This record gives sequence, structure tokens and C-alpha cells, in this order.
Amino acid sequence: MKHLQEKAQSKPLGESLIVQTAVRMMIPFIQLFGLYVIVHGHYSPGGGFQGGVVLGASFILMALAYDLQKTFGYISERTNAILGSTGALIYTGTAALCAVLGGYFLDYSALAKIIPMNPIDWRSMGIFLVEVGVGLAVMNIMVSLFWDISSGGKMDEGL
Amino acid sequence: MKKIALLATLITGAILLYSTKDFAPWGDPHSPASVHVSNVYIEKSVEQTHVPNIVTAILGDYRGYDTMFETVVIFSAGMAVIGVLRRPKE
Amino acid sequence: MIWQLDLLILTLVVVCGIATITVKDLLGASVIFGVYSFLMCLLWAEMGAVDVAFTEATVGAGVSTVLFIAAILRTTRRSKD
Repeated sequence: MKHLQEKAQSKPLGESLIVQTAVRMMIPFIQLFGLYVIVHGHYSPGGGFQGGVVLGASFILMALAYDLQKTFGYISERTNAILGSTGALIYTGTAALCAVLGGYFLDYSALAKIIPMNPIDWRSMGIFLVEVGVGLAVMNIMVSLFWDISSGGKMDEGL
Repeated sequence: MKKIALLATLITGAILLYSTKDFAPWGDPHSPASVHVSNVYIEKSVEQTHVPNIVTAILGDYRGYDTMFETVVIFSAGMAVIGVLRRPKE
Repeated sequence: MIWQLDLLILTLVVVCGIATITVKDLLGASVIFGVYSFLMCLLWAEMGAVDVAFTEATVGAGVSTVLFIAAILRTTRRSKD
């Protein structure tokens, strides 16, 4: 308790202990929900795009309650760029792999030549791969958009 | 100038409202949008893709190009913002 | 589809749309735009398009409002006209 009181008094202006504690408790659940939306997109509303935006929003919330430096501890500038590009590459790569393996472009049932499985099940699996790619790309692009706009490109403090 | 802009907005709105008269009623099974390929999706998508959610099956499989270029558009938007705003660190 | 609920939401959508372009304070305008997005989300959920409603709630009301506010705090809060 004493520790918390000292912490509250030593904060710079504009940083509220209540907001920071609430955000710190909310973020794991928001990220879990984002992952659930991506993975469960086959059975319920949602999918890669929405889940990726929810995942990105958790990092944006962290950047709003703390500052940008705190988010760089979890996802650095370099990781962000690499993951965002990987997401777009997963989608196009899966699609091109299908064409290379003898099917049509984006015809996921051709992937059955790599891992033998029912081609119809592979179409369901291919949709899942693609949604993961969309989720990664959207999450990282949303976070990087917020970084750039809130700090004017200098990536120092943010709002 | 402001009055002309208001007039143009009002006329456009009136034309749009007038054109909604020809829309099919909500949920009409005989409207042109529901008779072409929708029935095939509703009947066949589960047995062709094993995905219970028809919307996901259409977005990810039947209309995969659409979703792919949507991702590419978002990716290019992010890269453009990085290129315009981000400053190199000293 | 309940037409009373529809009418209520559509009226509020029109009110929010007009308020967004008339309010002088840009921060207030972006918050009202978030309200507009949530009302559109309600409308879509009520018409049965749950996927679109989800996208609107996350992108339209969540992230785009935050991006608007970030851009306003980096530029100016008052509009010229």
C-alpha cells in the first residue's frame, strides 16, 4: 500500500495510477479475446481482420495509458515491421504455393500434396492459415499507424 | 459558395432517397442479389469447405482474391504512412 | 427486424451525422463520429450482418477514433469555419 502511494506521488503529470492499473489488468484479456476471434472465425463471427484489429488495439491502449517506450518493450520497431510483412507474405505465399503445387491460385486443396489430408479439410485449414496471415499484418500495421501518427514520426513519447 | 455546396448536397441526397424506392425489400429471397450464386453458397459451402460459417468460407475461399488485395491495400497504407512520417533516428 | 428500433437508430444516425459536420471542436466531432460508428454497428447487428457489425465496432469506432484523436492532438483542435 505504501509502495503504491509513493508511486502515485512520484508520477509525472498526465499519468494516472488508476488508469495504468486498469489497463494492465485488461490487456491480457483483450489479447486473449483477439486470439479467440482469429482462431474461432470458422464457427462464429469474426476472422483475421477483426481479431488483428483487437490485438492491435491492445497495444494502442498500452501506448495511451503509458507511453510509446513501454510498447517498444513488448514489440520493437523492427519486430513490428518484420511481423507485418510476414503476415502479408503468408497470405500471398499460401496462394502462390497452391499454384506451384499444381492447383489453381488460392485453391487450398492442392496443399494436400505436402501433408496428406482430405482435400476438403485442407480447404478449411487453408482458410485458417490465411486468417492468421491477415491477423498478423493488420495488427502490426495498426500499431505502426498509431506510433507514427501519435508521435509525428519521431517515435519518442507519444501522446 | 456555401449555398451552392448545400444545394448540391441536398439534390444528391434527394436523388439517392428517390432511388431507394427501387430497392428490393429486406431479406427478399427473389431479389436479384439472392437468386444468382447465394443459393449455391448456402447449399454447398459446408460440404465443399467444411467451414460452418458461410461468411468466412466466402471471404477466405470463394472470394480469396478480394481478401488478399484487401490485405495488400492495408499493408501498402501502412508502408506509405511509414515512408511519409517516420524520421530516422540519430 | 423491429421497425421501431430501426427508426430510433436511423434518427440517431442522422442526428450524429449532422452534428459531426457542424460541431466546431474537432475533438468533439471525432467522438461524435465514434458514436455514429457504434450506431451503424447496432444497425448492422440488428439486420443480421454480424460480421460487418464486428468490423465496424473494431475498426470504425475503436481504432479510427483513436487515430483521429492522435492526429488532432498533433495538429489543431479548432476548425477554421
